[in-house]
Amino acid sequence: MSDLTITALRFGFLLLLWVLIFSIVSAMRRDLMVGRKAAAGAPTARQVRRNPELADAPPQPVKQQARQLVVVEGPLKGRTLPLAASPILLGRAQEATLVLEDDYASGRHARLFPQGSRWFIEDLGSTNGTYLGDQQLTRALPVEPGVPVRIGKTVIELRP
Amino acid sequence: MSQVSTTPKPRRNVELALLLLALAVGIGANMMVGVDQEKAFDSDFWFQSSLLAAAALVFHGVLRFRAKYADPVILPIVVALNGLGLAMIHRLDAPGGDTGNNQLRWTLIAMAVAIAVVFFLKDHRILRRFTFISLAASALLLILPLVPGISAGEVLGARVWIRFGSMTFQPGEVAKITLAIFFAGYLSSNRDLILLAGRKIGPMQFPRFKDMGPMITAWLVSIGVLVFQRDLGSSLLFFGLFIVMIYVATSRISWVVIGLALIIGGGFVAAQVFAHVQQRVYGWLNAFSPDVYENGSRQVIEGLFGMANGGLVGTGLGQGRPDLVPFANSDMIIASLGEELGLIGLFAVVLLYLLFFTRGFRASLGTRDAFGKLLACGLSFAVVLQCFVVIGGVTRLIPLTGLTTPFLAAGGSSLLANWIIVGLLLMISHAARGPVDTTPLPPAEAAAAPGIDTPTEAVKQS
Repeated sequence: MSDLTITALRFGFLLLLWVLIFSIVSAMRRDLMVGRKAAAGAPTARQVRRNPELADAPPQPVKQQARQLVVVEGPLKGRTLPLAASPILLGRAQEATLVLEDDYASGRHARLFPQGSRWFIEDLGSTNGTYLGDQQLTRALPVEPGVPVRIGKTVIELRP
Repeated sequence: MSQVSTTPKPRRNVELALLLLALAVGIGANMMVGVDQEKAFDSDFWFQSSLLAAAALVFHGVLRFRAKYADPVILPIVVALNGLGLAMIHRLDAPGGDTGNNQLRWTLIAMAVAIAVVFFLKDHRILRRFTFISLAASALLLILPLVPGISAGEVLGARVWIRFGSMTFQPGEVAKITLAIFFAGYLSSNRDLILLAGRKIGPMQFPRFKDMGPMITAWLVSIGVLVFQRDLGSSLLFFGLFIVMIYVATSRISWVVIGLALIIGGGFVAAQVFAHVQQRVYGWLNAFSPDVYENGSRQVIEGLFGMANGGLVGTGLGQGRPDLVPFANSDMIIASLGEELGLIGLFAVVLLYLLFFTRGFRASLGTRDAFGKLLACGLSFAVVLQCFVVIGGVTRLIPLTGLTTPFLAAGGSSLLANWIIVGLLLMISHAARGPVDTTPLPPAEAAAAPGIDTPTEAVKQS
């Protein structure tokens, strides 16, 4: 084969490599947008931690309608817990914020955390699951005041 | 955590188009390597090309009906890299050599395993149940090469191989997957404890020992075994994985600072204590001095000369002499590609890795569960860190260590492990890009039909 053909093939191959790369990049161009808010320069988690005033939710739970957590059923019935701005760990483990004396709860069962003006609940891989209303949690969901959250035999509610 | 607001689209046809382009790259490379030696279209060429194409298209077909929403660019990127590697290994085969066909065999096995992962793993969240089993499996895999009987002994200064009959296998490659699963599972359920509990000393908050215990154990086990196995590269890889996953889980910069300090400190101590590390570092710093060249740095220096010979556009596939470099088809395959494809081609390869990494992180951003996020992060980071350690070693940025180049280098265990990572990332991206899955994770005992709310049986947890 002539030298010219080989040289042409050589450069052709490099071109082909870059054609592949540009096709891949153009195919994922649309995907690169990660929500409008992030592009608009929303503060990252770290910036928020450094300067709490950057958080778009007010740092103190003024707007949060829910102010306390009440255990309405189960061994701890009647217990209340004030809701501050920090997440709450629910479970039987001693380090949990609310230690559930409930045989059907896991050590680290679920986690309640504030985001914006609402509280969210997230199951932490518990054995018996966490139910919001009558729906089993598969991901973090917002908890409205008055909606029962069932963990084992314990039912908790958020109250204003 | 940002949510994507666009409606889910499968985009499988985009994948098919990119896949054909990727196969053109792989098969084109295979054709180029023999184009002037009258062996361009020999039986080996047809055999290898058709098998690679068939396997890639089967994978695509499985994705079409099994993981419709999986990321459309991951598979083409990996097929292109794997095809380039196959072509280069085929090209470096001595007459009558079998490395090329062996690599093809392993590619097919690895792709079959990745297809099996996609086919049988309906939901990556199932892996979370195996958190502690993964820890045990990692420990076992890392200890295996030290067990007399199945150990393949010390090969090239490292004890990382096991032997079944005539086959050898590097269990450490698979251990990076099991370790990532363990870190992801453990950190996703204990993130808050590590973050919130614990006492503050100065500006830094230290977690309680109890919460960090299993993580520290995992880290000590991996580092300890690797010190005994004398495998510097894997040690770096596992440590990096550990730091990154804990950083991603807690978003505290202090972990990165501590990690870098430990790497520098550990590297300094290792260079003082272990003779083989000391030799490596000395060979790296004084690579060009003649006595070091004779016993140590020859490989790296030959590779650098090769890449210099290639220049900007390369000598062309099949035209250079990358075979002069020891281990040109495994450890030094980047130098071989650099010589024959030049800087332009090598940057394309590096960019392919980078794109693969961004797709892994994109899947991680999009998926909705903490476990999947951490797992996708960890797995894609493991691949890209491995690339950094290898390419950094070949280009003499850091000391050369015996890690394999993902998807490119000759070696079955590495291919297998990396294709399993591809399968897992595809499944995670399928969950991330698809419509929101609101069905509960089926309980372990009875796989609940989707949409039917089966009451879970109360199990008393001890």
